[in-house]
Amino acid sequence: MTATTSLTVRAKDPAALRRLLTAPAAGPLAALILASAFFSLSTEQFLSGGNFSLVLQQVMVVGTLAIGQTLIILTAGIDLSCGAVMAFGGILIAKLAVEGPLPPLLAIALGILACGAFGLANGLLVRAVPLPPFIVTLGMLNVAFALTHIYSAEETVTGLPEPLTFLGRTFPLGRTDVTYGSLVTIALFLGFAYALSSTAWGRHVYALGNSSESARLSGIRVNRLTVGVYAIAGLVYGIAALLLVSRTGVGDPQAGQTDNLDSITAVVLGGTSLFGGRGTVLGTLVGVLIVGVFRNGLQLMGVSSVYQTLVTGVLVILAVTVDQLSRKGTR
Amino acid sequence: MSRRDRPVLAVGAVVLALSLTACGSGSGGSQSGGKVKVGLITKTDTNPYFVKVRQGAEQAAKASNVELSTAAGKFDGDNTSQVTALENMVASGVKGVLITPNDSKAIVPAIEKARAKGVMVIALDTPPEPQSAVDALFATDNVKAGELIGAYAKAAMGGKPAKIATLDLAPGVSVGVQRHKGFTEGFGVAADDPSIACSQDTGGDQAKGQTAMENCLQKAPDINLVYAINEPAALGAYTAIKAKGREKDVMIVAIDGGCTGVQAVKDGKIAATSQQYPLKMAADGVKAIANFAKSGDKASGYTDTGVQLITDKPQAGSESKDSGFGRENCWG
Repeated sequence: MTATTSLTVRAKDPAALRRLLTAPAAGPLAALILASAFFSLSTEQFLSGGNFSLVLQQVMVVGTLAIGQTLIILTAGIDLSCGAVMAFGGILIAKLAVEGPLPPLLAIALGILACGAFGLANGLLVRAVPLPPFIVTLGMLNVAFALTHIYSAEETVTGLPEPLTFLGRTFPLGRTDVTYGSLVTIALFLGFAYALSSTAWGRHVYALGNSSESARLSGIRVNRLTVGVYAIAGLVYGIAALLLVSRTGVGDPQAGQTDNLDSITAVVLGGTSLFGGRGTVLGTLVGVLIVGVFRNGLQLMGVSSVYQTLVTGVLVILAVTVDQLSRKGTR
Repeated sequence: MSRRDRPVLAVGAVVLALSLTACGSGSGGSQSGGKVKVGLITKTDTNPYFVKVRQGAEQAAKASNVELSTAAGKFDGDNTSQVTALENMVASGVKGVLITPNDSKAIVPAIEKARAKGVMVIALDTPPEPQSAVDALFATDNVKAGELIGAYAKAAMGGKPAKIATLDLAPGVSVGVQRHKGFTEGFGVAADDPSIACSQDTGGDQAKGQTAMENCLQKAPDINLVYAINEPAALGAYTAIKAKGREKDVMIVAIDGGCTGVQAVKDGKIAATSQQYPLKMAADGVKAIANFAKSGDKASGYTDTGVQLITDKPQAGSESKDSGFGRENCWG
């Protein structure tokens, strides 16, 4: 099946489209449920009231980054700079509010916009020159990392004012405590899931990922669309930056150093194809939760962190294998 | 079997397989029932120093009949992973946690949350800022470790004018700052003394230590004394110095006392090192938590876990032990 015919199929048959979009997440969801069942049986604490909320709270930062990463990977791109961009946004928000001193809400807005600017720059370089996304974002990773360390002078910023830490606070929900930030993350996931599956913009993103050339021929303004996706991803990283400072309660220049790879891990585990055009943002949520549940569950069992890394590695390879095999099937 | 089912089944099968291996490799989580749980969070999993910390904790856990669970950051400076591990340990019902903070300031809110839930937190090796954020600190006196090799170097130079290279850790990391300060004080020079010809950061890494020393020798070819934050950095420096054929007239002093480092002292590559005792640090920490579980008495304040000058060329006025003693008490 060529990319063009697959496009026609999608446009004409919404049911087929939905099946195509949701199928890749079925495997990961099964994995998540099985893992949760296993940890529920093997530890007493896993099923306890606050534990799921704890996992949610632990994955909210990488989860939010992974939303932006999903958008970019759907266009057949990749973003290695997301963790570094978030770290810059985080330190910017913290420093502007504490030492600026700016009103905290203004500091937050500027931090999010700065991340958006990084995304915009990535998108422009990818399209205007054009350069491979891998190279552009690898360069941007170093630029953002260096700017973070220069701007912060390697100092951790403490004493954050209330609006910056608000999203890290908890409110009681039944027998557990939920952080406000987890709600923001879930809202973002639902919002982008809707935008990708039910708007023209979402369909264009998939079309672009399947074949940039066919998308262009069918009248999609691919340059504008790509730049927009990178810029939106940047803004999402800015929200992740706010979640990060609110969760840890400090501005940390060392933050986010492995989060680029962790976000790609989540996207891949969620069944999104690294070759673009296939996958869902809700799959990514499942992918993020798989990593979080394994880390939490193995720690509750007293298994050391090396095994957590081992399990994550095996799962990633497996997820890509499944993606490849099922791709072969559809050709 | 339809094509759509296949990935689901494959993933399911592997998860089950993994779950079984995880079961086999674990320390038998659910069977331990009423045992007191102790957590240990180190900076990284790979640094031999922290491997020794973990071994010390494991031995003490066995002796005190408590259950130990361990975790670590992914890289030096990784605060987020440590916060997550601390939360998970508190959720698993630990009585106390031993932690070597990757970021002295950034870890504080997470420690406070854990302590608010009644968990005793002891910092190992590196104090948080402020130190009062933890119940107790078990650590080497890093300033003293620096002073010992500084004073030794002063004596060994025997009045010869010194041209010094300092191979430091990283900006703003307290261990590195304290050792450097101790060295200059022990040697008797001001921080900005012109005899310090070159200062470079190495991250405590051998390859970076070598590069740093190469650059220092380029800048000031007449360097005759090298202070290194640890022995890997010192050995990197030795490689650079040897490449210039100057290993006979450049003295290297270091801090840490790892087994490779002590061997380098024996081989004459490093003149002296200050040895610290991570095994004792961790063992004392585990015992303190076991004691807290039994008696309800919390450990408090700072416990100096000791530091010892190791050299095979002793100098008058510097109390030292030889590399044989160092070998018996080394880590890594």
